[in-house]
Amino acid sequence: MSETTTPPAVFSGKSITKGGSAFQARVFKDNAARWVVWVGGLGVIAALLLIFFYLLSEVAPLFAPAEFKSRPTYAVPGQGKTLYATVEEQGEIAMRVSDIGEVTFFDLNTGAVRLAQQLALNGLTVVDVTEVSAERGELAASLSDGSILQFSHGYDITYPNDKQLITPSVRFPKGEAATPFMPEAAQNLVVRENGDSQMLFGVDAAKNVHIKTFTRNENAITGETTVEMAGEQNFKPAVNADLLLVEPLLAWLYVIDQKAGKIAFYKLDGAAEPKLVEVKEAGSEISAAQYLSGGISIVVAQTNGLVSQWFPARNEAGEFYLARVREFDLPGNAKPTALGVELRRRGFAVGDETGQVSVYYATSKRLIHSEKALDGPVSQVTFNPRAQVLYTESADGKVHAYDVHNEHPEVSFAALWGKVWYESYDDKQWLWQSSSASSDFEPKFSLSPLAFGTLKAAFYAMIFAIPLAVMGAIFVANFMSAELRQVVKPTVELLAALPSVILGFLAGLWLAPFIESNLPGVFLLLILLPVSVPLFGYAWLNMPAKIRYRVPDGWEGVLLIPVIAIVTWFCFGIAKPIEALAFGGNMQAWMDVELGIKYDQRNALVVGIAMGIAVIPTIFSIAEDAIFSVPKHLSLGSLALGATPWQTLVGVVMPTASPGIFSAIMIGLGRAVGETMIVLMATGNTPVTDVSLFSGMRTLSANVAVEMPESEVGSTHFRLLFLAGLVLFAFTFFVNTLAEIVRARLRKKFESI
Amino acid sequence: MSQTNTLDLTAKDTQTPSAYIKSGAPYVWLTAAAISVAFIITVSLLFLTAARGMPHFWPADVLKAEYAEPGEAAIPILVEMVSSEEVSTARLKSAGAKLDDSVPFHTRDLVKVANRDLLGADFRYLLDEWIVNRSYPDDVVVLERMEWGNFHGFISEVKEDGKVIASGAEAWAAYQPLQERANTLRDKLHSIEDGEIGQINAGLEKVRLSSRRLELEGKTRQGSPEAFVELDRKKAEYDAQYEKVRLDLAAVSKDMKRDGLVLKTVDGQTKELDLSQVVRAYRPNEMGLFAKIGTYFSKLWEFVSAPPREANTEGGIFPAIFGTVMMVMLMSVFVTPFGILAALYLREYAKQGPVTQMIRIAVNNLAGVPSIVYGMFGLGFFVYFMGGNIDRLFYEESLPAPTFGTPGILWASLTLAILTLPVVIVATEEGLARIPRSIREASLSLGATKAETLWKIVLPMASPAMMTGLILAIARAAGEVAPLMLVGVVKLAPSLPLDSIFPFVHLERKFMHLGFHIYDVGFQSPNVEAARPLVYATSFLLVLVIILLNISAIRIRNRLREKYKALEG
Repeated sequence: MSETTTPPAVFSGKSITKGGSAFQARVFKDNAARWVVWVGGLGVIAALLLIFFYLLSEVAPLFAPAEFKSRPTYAVPGQGKTLYATVEEQGEIAMRVSDIGEVTFFDLNTGAVRLAQQLALNGLTVVDVTEVSAERGELAASLSDGSILQFSHGYDITYPNDKQLITPSVRFPKGEAATPFMPEAAQNLVVRENGDSQMLFGVDAAKNVHIKTFTRNENAITGETTVEMAGEQNFKPAVNADLLLVEPLLAWLYVIDQKAGKIAFYKLDGAAEPKLVEVKEAGSEISAAQYLSGGISIVVAQTNGLVSQWFPARNEAGEFYLARVREFDLPGNAKPTALGVELRRRGFAVGDETGQVSVYYATSKRLIHSEKALDGPVSQVTFNPRAQVLYTESADGKVHAYDVHNEHPEVSFAALWGKVWYESYDDKQWLWQSSSASSDFEPKFSLSPLAFGTLKAAFYAMIFAIPLAVMGAIFVANFMSAELRQVVKPTVELLAALPSVILGFLAGLWLAPFIESNLPGVFLLLILLPVSVPLFGYAWLNMPAKIRYRVPDGWEGVLLIPVIAIVTWFCFGIAKPIEALAFGGNMQAWMDVELGIKYDQRNALVVGIAMGIAVIPTIFSIAEDAIFSVPKHLSLGSLALGATPWQTLVGVVMPTASPGIFSAIMIGLGRAVGETMIVLMATGNTPVTDVSLFSGMRTLSANVAVEMPESEVGSTHFRLLFLAGLVLFAFTFFVNTLAEIVRARLRKKFESI
Repeated sequence: MSQTNTLDLTAKDTQTPSAYIKSGAPYVWLTAAAISVAFIITVSLLFLTAARGMPHFWPADVLKAEYAEPGEAAIPILVEMVSSEEVSTARLKSAGAKLDDSVPFHTRDLVKVANRDLLGADFRYLLDEWIVNRSYPDDVVVLERMEWGNFHGFISEVKEDGKVIASGAEAWAAYQPLQERANTLRDKLHSIEDGEIGQINAGLEKVRLSSRRLELEGKTRQGSPEAFVELDRKKAEYDAQYEKVRLDLAAVSKDMKRDGLVLKTVDGQTKELDLSQVVRAYRPNEMGLFAKIGTYFSKLWEFVSAPPREANTEGGIFPAIFGTVMMVMLMSVFVTPFGILAALYLREYAKQGPVTQMIRIAVNNLAGVPSIVYGMFGLGFFVYFMGGNIDRLFYEESLPAPTFGTPGILWASLTLAILTLPVVIVATEEGLARIPRSIREASLSLGATKAETLWKIVLPMASPAMMTGLILAIARAAGEVAPLMLVGVVKLAPSLPLDSIFPFVHLERKFMHLGFHIYDVGFQSPNVEAARPLVYATSFLLVLVIILLNISAIRIRNRLREKYKALEG
């Protein structure tokens, strides 16, 4: 700005009148200044607005619908009936295993075969294919003679001529030969790996379940591996064994009777026979069942047009049972025929007999997308490991794949605010647990406990601050002598400048331990102080006039300072004897035993006081302004008519100033809701929903401060933190605007009186 | 009592309780109590931070005594008294003390035992009544060490080159010049490490980045060896320099390890200590008042001028002060012109109507938006978006290690500039609004253009208001912590954002900050009890700075208001 507006030659004696060159320069400078101010000023204001739009832009993708982009449909490449199909990470190549033992890799866009490899079966057929490890691409095929062939599919990525080339291959990390498992073909093969040992589960024609454990030893010198059988069990389950599901940690076994629609829930017990926990009715025939990612929940597709989710939970007696957690309705109540799960999230897809494919997310109970993918009944539906490609195949031999853009399926209104029954919990809860070290952990994104914590902290802070600040404002504006007011008001307002980190530090490291060891004193003070002050007032009134008149009007507050100091000293002085007498010397222990109230050292009481202190100056300053600017002739008129000062205050001043006090409280509330450092330091930061004065909380703002630096950019967690920020922004902005409008109106009113 | 007083004319019976209540006077007293409480809280908060922080630097007397728990052998102790409190027997028993119920209360002392390397913790709680045989011997020494906190004990021998040169009573006198020598050598060591080695490292890093840049441009060592010749020459030069400095360094650090002390603790253990490990030693019990005051100020000076030691729980806070000041200054550079421009636009150029009024309210309300929201904006927009793009455009050679795409002082000051913009805008606007219309009109009527009027008349008159706004902004920024946690503050920055290495100002560096220092040391420190007085002292310093800033802002504003009142009148 300086170059354009400093007039160096304007007053040099040359022509400054119209038409002269100096005049031209002045006009130019004037215009330039105008432009600089316009652009600069509007730019600054736009930058401030940018904050809002930036937050919005980070949050918006959370609520954007998932996108499914169709790829071309074509006939299934290769021979035989598909037993297993999958797509590699990049979504370029699909792979299927057929009943004649052919592994076909094909281009997912065109269906062109990249590699077709026949497994060495020696004339046998493949009965079933199961995943040993989906992450490593390891599969196991159950052959018609009861043996097992293990192989894996891998992909090498090279960059010839700077173009990415993916070369698929079939590998045999466990040896190319089939190993014997059962005397006859194993239906429903399940293989679980645990270090060097493998546990195999299969069902024979008589519906007996066979379980065998093999250990694999590698000879360190020759490099040869030998496989030994370490255990074997057979048992007849309580229901017809049509489908088998085994927990990856080998704790639970589900045997599913498709026709009868029954799920038998077994506890695995090492070498002993599995123990039946209970048999549950699904409510209809079952067409498919699968484990969700994480290995805790199972999803069961039922022919009555719904998918149910189940996992083990504990009842009140602490015993495990199989809980039916939630249900997902299929569009049109069609009969589901195929089920596919995401590898790293709790999402799954269901294909039905009409060719419709629907994608769901379990935790948020959300139907993400539903579309008619194929003309015939769906026989295979699966995702690639990144869940960016959805593969569907129909019973009449058509393949149809989709590119999926589904970043935030965890988010739904119910999941953010309602109670959700999370895996490994025994009932529905409000939980915020964002840390996710692995995909086994189900992220818990409920904003309710955080919003609750925010409101709780603000509530206790306001309870502490409003009486002190508003009553203080009343006295300073109405009764206090002018010279005293000039000292007191700036002093209290100075408190507003005190960094909240210092208040938080004092609250956490000084006040919290102090209150913990002086709890009875704190309560005593809360009771005695309001009682003793009017008593002192009465005593003062009955003092000899000589002493009384020595203190001018409006100096009552100064008189009270020693009174308050003495009462405070007295309360904390007798607190310990009282504690020793009434509470056995330890009030926290007494509360815990007698009343069942748990005491956290950093609790809502501490936060209420500390944050109350932080908002007192804000409320005080604005409320005092409002009361003080009530025109004097109103109160003088009232006093002249014989009303006492208090009557004047209640009847005349307060009704006029109340909108100003309201806006003061609103602005104070805005500050309490957004305050970060105090709650961060003076609470335990545990996201609990407990109204107790003696328990901690976690607020939205503290949560952002704690988790933001570790959050992965663009993840659901990252965006949810921005949502928390947006909520804070919107709330404080709304509250402040409301307060501002009320104040502006009040100002106008005073001007008109 | 005389009834002629006019005050008593209407209320002759105010002295009865019912009349007292009816008059509403009790409520008035309550309101008076409210303001008194608020006032007391304000004042006592300030006193609390001062009273807890300042005594930390005082060389307190060290008590020699025996701690005799009933039924156990007495243990000799050598402690500094920190605080004591009355605790009920029930609480003590639940903490594991062997007590009977004959007395309801006991006095419990918090004492500093020091010698963390031998005892495990610096602080202990002791029951006052079990501390017996108290004395304050003159030869007790307190040693401040580079590691393991303080040492309480006695010097039995002083060694030079492994040979005992003094022992017993002479040891103290012999020790002192050696300590001065060790401290001088330590300073020299630091200056070599920070200065010369820092320069060499920076040079090597530049060479590495240059060769990386060449590779990115498609040049290889095989394809175009001539491009690498200069770089290799430079690298060899730096390596040679480094070799030389390394020898210097080894010589100094060997020299520093020459002298040592043999110390004895109160319970008879001996300990040998290199003088290079000792910062300062004093014998508090024999010091007079003036000696103590001297030590107090020397410790205070160390606090504000030295870098921290031992995970920030000892030493000084200089990097935090420096970081805070530099961040605030950078912020002022951003916030002042833009804040003034926005205020000028709103008050002088924009058409005063409902839209401008709305903008004004919105800007006003932005001051009430939680600071953490600004931090999120700073992290997402400045750091990830702007910083990430700057890295891709200008610092490609150092990727994937981010240069500006990570929190740093530039982004922190920009974030705080946005945070404090409303403060500056509101204060400047208020100043502009107070300038009487007549003055502007006089200028315009003399033929000045609007820009000239603004530049020559209005802005100079409003400058105190701008100053007020800026000071308030600085006060707010200096105390703000929550947003900084996201955009660039760290608990321990390896180097200051300003140093002797080209380009001298390193805007991409992370920095330390007083407010965050308080949070970090007070809450994340492994040794909170030891760090607590330091945190109080840091708080006191911060409070002092902020209060001074605020008071000066208020002074300037008041003077301004009076000036314009005179103009209007």
